[in-house]
Amino acid sequence: MSLHDHDLRDTAGSPVGFDHSLDYVTVTVGEQLLGLPIARVHDVFITNRITVVPRAPSEIVGLLNLRGRIVTAICLRKRLGRPPMPGSADDKAEMVAVGVDHGGEAYALIVDAVGEVMRLDRSTLEPPPVHLDRAWAMLAAGVHRLSDRLLVVLDVDAILKLDMPAAA
Amino acid sequence: MDDLLQEFLAETGENLDTVDRELVRFEREPNNRDILRNIFRLVHTVKGTCGFIGLPRLEALTHAAESVIGQFRDGAVVNAIAVTAILETIDRVKDILAELSDKGQEPPGNDETLIGELHALAEQAKAQLAKAKPPSSEVADPVAAYLARHGSTATDSELDLIFQRAPGPQRGRDGRIEPAESAGEDGVLRESRAAGPATLRVNVDTIEHLMTMVSELVLTRNQLLEVSRQQNDTGLKAPLQRLSLITAELQDGVMKTRMQPIGNAWSKLPRIVRDLSAELGKRIELVMEGADTELDRQILDLIKDPLTHMVRNCADHAIEPPDERAAAGKPEHGTVRLAAYHEGGSVTIAIADDGRGLDIERIRRKAILLDLGSEAEIERMSDAQISRFIFHPGFSTVDNITAVSGRGVGMDVVKANVDAIGGVIDIATRAGQGTAITIKIPLTLAIVSALIVVAGKQRFAIPQIVVRELVRVKSGADHRIEEINGAPVLRLRGRLLPIIALSGLMGSTDAMSDDGFIVVTQIGERQFGILVDSVFHTEEIVVKPMSSKLRHIPIFSGNTILGDGAVVLIIDPNGVAGLVGAVANGDPLRDPTTAAAQSLAGERTTMLVFRTGADSIKAVPLSLVTRLEEVDAQQFQNGGGRILLHYRNRLIPVVAVAETQIKSEGLQPLVIISEGDLTIALAVDAIVDIVEETLDLEMAVSQDRSVIGSAMIRGRATDIIDLAHYLPMNEPGWLHSRRETQDPAAPPQILLVEPSDFLREMLSPVLKASGHRVAMASDFATAARQSANGAMSIVLIDLDRDPEAAFAFAGTLRAEQGDNRLRILGMAALATPELHMRAAQARLDDIVAKFDRRALLGELAERRPDMRHAA
Repeated sequence: MSLHDHDLRDTAGSPVGFDHSLDYVTVTVGEQLLGLPIARVHDVFITNRITVVPRAPSEIVGLLNLRGRIVTAICLRKRLGRPPMPGSADDKAEMVAVGVDHGGEAYALIVDAVGEVMRLDRSTLEPPPVHLDRAWAMLAAGVHRLSDRLLVVLDVDAILKLDMPAAA
Repeated sequence: MDDLLQEFLAETGENLDTVDRELVRFEREPNNRDILRNIFRLVHTVKGTCGFIGLPRLEALTHAAESVIGQFRDGAVVNAIAVTAILETIDRVKDILAELSDKGQEPPGNDETLIGELHALAEQAKAQLAKAKPPSSEVADPVAAYLARHGSTATDSELDLIFQRAPGPQRGRDGRIEPAESAGEDGVLRESRAAGPATLRVNVDTIEHLMTMVSELVLTRNQLLEVSRQQNDTGLKAPLQRLSLITAELQDGVMKTRMQPIGNAWSKLPRIVRDLSAELGKRIELVMEGADTELDRQILDLIKDPLTHMVRNCADHAIEPPDERAAAGKPEHGTVRLAAYHEGGSVTIAIADDGRGLDIERIRRKAILLDLGSEAEIERMSDAQISRFIFHPGFSTVDNITAVSGRGVGMDVVKANVDAIGGVIDIATRAGQGTAITIKIPLTLAIVSALIVVAGKQRFAIPQIVVRELVRVKSGADHRIEEINGAPVLRLRGRLLPIIALSGLMGSTDAMSDDGFIVVTQIGERQFGILVDSVFHTEEIVVKPMSSKLRHIPIFSGNTILGDGAVVLIIDPNGVAGLVGAVANGDPLRDPTTAAAQSLAGERTTMLVFRTGADSIKAVPLSLVTRLEEVDAQQFQNGGGRILLHYRNRLIPVVAVAETQIKSEGLQPLVIISEGDLTIALAVDAIVDIVEETLDLEMAVSQDRSVIGSAMIRGRATDIIDLAHYLPMNEPGWLHSRRETQDPAAPPQILLVEPSDFLREMLSPVLKASGHRVAMASDFATAARQSANGAMSIVLIDLDRDPEAAFAFAGTLRAEQGDNRLRILGMAALATPELHMRAAQARLDDIVAKFDRRALLGELAERRPDMRHAA
């Protein structure tokens, strides 16, 4: 994806959500710092009560109750092709979740940890590097150069499209 | 303007529906002035509004119709031609309205012919009216005189004329007398219309939103109740009690706003029946009872089409032509009776006709033909059981397809629709006397009563409507689970009840516990038991739809939040029933859940995954596997350079798969494959798993003959082994026919006619992998039916088993298709020159060697572009 493409998407009001705001909720999965466009994030919450759905796709951890709404929990780790967190098999383990909406339905992305909210300058945004794994490239909307590390901006809609292959 | 148009569309739509209905009634009761007045008023209103908003086309049409109706009102004789013309006009108006709501403006078009016809009719009626004056004064019908005194708008003479010309009750069109109840119904209708309670048009979304909010409120209340139960705070108790009551009342109230009389779903039926009777030359009367029975709007929408379909069916198939009826000593006019009434928490709808009844013998024959059970089994079945076969997918009793119904999608679709809303359908029939179909559906889908059960560590909800009883089972107790060849059953009052373990259904691998509760569940006439670990209580749950990501799982119909805030899944009894059916008909060795899921998901295939060598993962369709064994390597014997195993009183060859080294000591995992008399054991290093996957097979590129190709299974590239490579192919006994498998629903492109189960299973992934849709048939009768479903471009026919029948079938196909677009390919184990000659005579396109799948695929790939040209 070229930078030019990117500009086009921004002006066309892309669903990526960072056209009006470059504020991100940062989360980590493993060592990787990831950013979710703040406009897409409804909630950040901790949950320990998940109903496992037998026969569900493997990325779906289960269902949880968020203030009377039934939310489908998706493991971001698994979605990004990482191995599951050690010890997460325990039912009672507390999980950090980021609530997002997609097509009128509520989803929760289970992450390792939630960081701060970052306001970043648009000039530091670059398209994902070309040699990035294809599956990752499909889920990433861009990369921000921070002083000490890189922040990968996730495309929430792509993440929730489970029929797209998970990163290997 | 937009709002105005919207309003106009909604109102006019309703008005026209009423006109439709009233006209049909009017045709039957031409002397009912109230109906006529009503029709006139409605049409006039529509005309007026059209003129007001500026819709010239609609205005012209309605004006023409109005002038004809006006002549009737003035006393002209009502005839069928005029009514048909007006109905046609209304259809045209509806078409225009549909486009109007789509595009926001009237479509261009010419209605001259229709308007001309209407004008002619009006003129004719006018002339007739003029001629009929002066009226004959010697009519001394006391009833007419009475009515005439009470008719305010018409003059005496005109009314006399109407009554004189109108058929009296005793010489009705089919000699039937209008029943008194219809008059009563009229009375009710008129009354309700006149009294017309103050109403308000509310957007459906608003009500849906309100409903959602109330559902949330119910949940919150449940949560609060749970909290108060634990805390025992008396100060909280009283207000909570009140909150609880108010919530319940609110829930009731909101539910009521969603309720609509079922008559709304019936409103189009009189017209449909009228048109059908005209088309089919039959006399059919539609009697509707309980039209004011109220149902949830959502359910109403879902039940509308099935009802229409069933009434069509009655008119088309069940009711005999008048002469046939007369010969059978029945009145010439047939009656279709539609009734609805409340019964407990559900609504029962009955559709009954006094037609010829189902042809049980024909259904029996067809069931045998379709292999829905063994012949002996079907012969033993009662008539009631037989008649239920019509709900079976793809089962249509009418062989000759009519324009009205009977395209092979019939009652099965109706049943699927009823199933979808958690309803139950049943049928009763008596030859020569008629058929009655009863549907029992829940009042609403939003809130249901459910039984909360536990399986494993999880709770699940089972809708109460399907639960018959609960049975406590315990090993050693009166009620205990027994097994027949691995299939669990329960003896219950002299019957054997198939049992499905809920934990097993949920993918648990733990051994089935024999201690727990059996939830005896009934779907239609089928009973089965669901084994759960324990049972909690019954709770009113608010059904929430499954997330779109999880909707494909057949065993769940939705989810809900319980009082303690936990999310639980709602079991779909129909989905589970599907599994039981599969278990009952399938191979008992097969994992019940996977076998069933396969039949439900269609394209999904259950694969046995195993390891060969150090880390090579391979798989084979589970349906081909007879048994998995672990055998002590010391039992292997050497014979003729092969390793043999004494297995079930036979010697079977043990063949290593790929890199597997057959062990010389310890336990050797074996995959036993049988086809007919031939059995072999495939030695593998380890059985890994049984998985159900949508098989996306990539063809093998290597020259490795032992592999069909590879597919992603659980995220790993897995080779699918080709059993044909391992099975000795020259063995004569294995082209054995066993039983038929399933019929796919989608119109296929390739029809594979192959009596051997094994070859069918083996070839179908190959064909699918080459990008074709595949239908399979084990015999020529099935094949003929499937090819009649159309859209076939290639037919593959086995020539080994019965070459004569194969060639005959090919000949019929050719004759039917007429053109040369259909390719017919023969498959033979050994294609002799003689066979080629015979094939050429039978106009087969080619013969391919059965085990040479590369040649076969080459043939298919090569011909595809050609065919596109031809098409």
